[in-house]
Amino acid sequence: MKKNIMIVGVGGQGTLLASKILGRAAMDSGLDVKVSEVHGMSQRGGSVVTYVRVGDEVYSPVIGRGDADVILSFEILEAARWLPHLKPGGTIVTSTQEINPMPVITGAAEYPEGLADDMKALGVDVRAYDAPAIAAAAGSARASNVALIGLAADVLGFDLAVLRDAVAACVPQKALDVNLCAFDAAIARAAENKNA
Amino acid sequence: MKTLLLGNESVARGLYEAGVRFVSSYPGTPSTEITEFAATYPEIYAEWAPNEKVALEGALGAAIGGGRSFCGMKHVGLNVAADPLFVTAYTGVGAGMVIGVADDPGMHSSQNEQDSRHYAIAAKLPMVEPTNSAECRSYTKIAYEISEKFDTPVILRLTTRVSHSRSPVEVGARTEHEIAPYVKEPGKHVMMPANAKKRHYVVEEHLAALAEFAETTELNTVEENGTPIGIITAGNCYNYAKEAFGGNASYLKLGLLNPLPKQKILDFAAKHEQIIVIEELDPVIENHCKALGLTVTGKDVLPLCDEYSEELLRSRLLGIEPDYAEVGAAIPGRPPVLCPGCPHRGVFYTLAKLKLRVSGDIGCYTLGAVPPLSAIDSVYCMGASISSLHGTCKVRGEEDKYVAVIGDSTFMHSGLTGLVNVVYNGGNTTTLILDNSITGMTGHQDNPLTGKTLMGTPAPNLSLEDICASLGVPRDHIRAVDPNNLAELEAVVKEEVAAPCPSVVICRRPCALLKSVTKKPPIQVDPEKCVGCKNCMKIGCPCISVVNKKATVDQSMCVGCGLCEQMCKFGAL
Repeated sequence: MKKNIMIVGVGGQGTLLASKILGRAAMDSGLDVKVSEVHGMSQRGGSVVTYVRVGDEVYSPVIGRGDADVILSFEILEAARWLPHLKPGGTIVTSTQEINPMPVITGAAEYPEGLADDMKALGVDVRAYDAPAIAAAAGSARASNVALIGLAADVLGFDLAVLRDAVAACVPQKALDVNLCAFDAAIARAAENKNA
Repeated sequence: MKTLLLGNESVARGLYEAGVRFVSSYPGTPSTEITEFAATYPEIYAEWAPNEKVALEGALGAAIGGGRSFCGMKHVGLNVAADPLFVTAYTGVGAGMVIGVADDPGMHSSQNEQDSRHYAIAAKLPMVEPTNSAECRSYTKIAYEISEKFDTPVILRLTTRVSHSRSPVEVGARTEHEIAPYVKEPGKHVMMPANAKKRHYVVEEHLAALAEFAETTELNTVEENGTPIGIITAGNCYNYAKEAFGGNASYLKLGLLNPLPKQKILDFAAKHEQIIVIEELDPVIENHCKALGLTVTGKDVLPLCDEYSEELLRSRLLGIEPDYAEVGAAIPGRPPVLCPGCPHRGVFYTLAKLKLRVSGDIGCYTLGAVPPLSAIDSVYCMGASISSLHGTCKVRGEEDKYVAVIGDSTFMHSGLTGLVNVVYNGGNTTTLILDNSITGMTGHQDNPLTGKTLMGTPAPNLSLEDICASLGVPRDHIRAVDPNNLAELEAVVKEEVAAPCPSVVICRRPCALLKSVTKKPPIQVDPEKCVGCKNCMKIGCPCISVVNKKATVDQSMCVGCGLCEQMCKFGAL
């Protein structure tokens, strides 16, 4: 197995926990892994990206354009921003959540509409979900990051039980039930989507 | 059993296993976590020093005192620590000493892109560089062996992608190193000319011995694949090269960056038709190869600026361009912004409103420079806000109105001497110290003003008011204000800018991200009262937007700081 996974979003959305979970799942699957994180200034509400590379032997910690198998996106504008990194035939699993960046807030730019459809029109496999709603229904919108992992589970390439155990190992104990609930609900939601 | 460790975490593990007893550092992205993780081992004494020079001198003293020591910093921190750095090559160490320096190619979180390898050459110190987390641990341990064998501090060079990547590490046990008995050696440690002159010969002898060591050390490895192409590389560039070329090239991976081997490189080059040197930033290895008489491919096709990637190497060296899609719509940028509830927001709103020229400094508050606040005129380096403004004021006089803005931790790092200069040389600048009770940008580290040490023990509560008074700022021109009280802040800033003497305005409110800060209920908008004037938008809060000519406040992000309430003239917020 060889998977290049990108986790993209807005600083403060909990992308680091998601990368920790995927890193753990890779280790528990007996694979080599590199996880590259963003620290410092760009975390302050800026566009953030974490690279997770999994395989028998991994060297580079980052993923270039046209090289990601999966982009896990916490915010739809960020999905579109990082689309060039997706490999032809790759999959974007994105939250439909919209967070206005400062140029939009100040009126210097407009938030583009219909981004999911734009990406689909390019032939990209885009799976857009209201991740915060799925997480909220499971108990807390804060579990959106774990819900997104569940929604992408079939393309991430890990054994489902290993992935679920990784979630359990990485989320804080007090939020464990809510997160596992969100994970399971997301798996079910993705299955419905597939059958629809 | 392997565990997934951050590069910096793995360096800390190496420090622990190497029996290090003393760590002193100043936080700086991407180096900060080394010291934070080191502090989690009870066997290691770890501290935040006020700046990198103090940290390096502390580590030198600990090593001279017989305990293995470490100090960590980002690349620009090494500029601050350069004075003691250069002399340590002459004095040597007692127990092993390692200086961890994290460069930031691509400037993810820095003001420049300097290449620390020049420091190793200039200061005549050995330098090692790991390529992944496993090597972060093992090279750290080897660095202590080199340090003690050659009686010299060793620089451990890291880059952002190695420091901030996680990869598997097999950890080991700690080996204790007993404190060596203290020996008074003035000829080695009193660096006055008569002694230093003799020591310079010793430095050169050490370097010659290290040059021999470079030919045989396990840090420099050859991966011979019988290919026409031979790649000489180091650090994370090795990873990019392996991804781009795989088995289609042979590799000389240099783990010891100073001194570089000669014969090893010549032997490697002799086996290959084309030698490609792959190194980020400056052509240090390339120039070394050229000095050896080799013809190499390097900066003639690879850039001097920005970080490298597998994609870059494929494009520039193999002519392979990526295949990708992009949407037609313009994607607005998403620059970092001051957080909701940030106590700096009101300060920059006020300074912009008063049309003051603002000399800024290094920290979260540098974000006061970006729209819509756009309040900062200049940012150079730690502490330069006060000292550079002093020079500007001396040549321009009272023609314009200026202020310097500096954070609490940055003020203790290198703002103190700038303020002394203002007082001593009869300046009358106004300095705003943004005291948010923490070192914010690097992720909440304690500092001499927070009343707590890195190891969690209580520290004396230093008073900024008393410090500024002791430096000579008149007591009645040292004013403390709550920056979220816009009316008071504006009045105080106006008064102090007009004052004919040095003045300090302490804007005191804790960082909104601190766990000890309780969030207030989010602000509600009364749509009946809102006239859509957009005055509330002037503070650049990411929670506020105007939809259908009415202000809306993002209820999930707002922490109820109340700044927007003060902006609204219609009582709608």
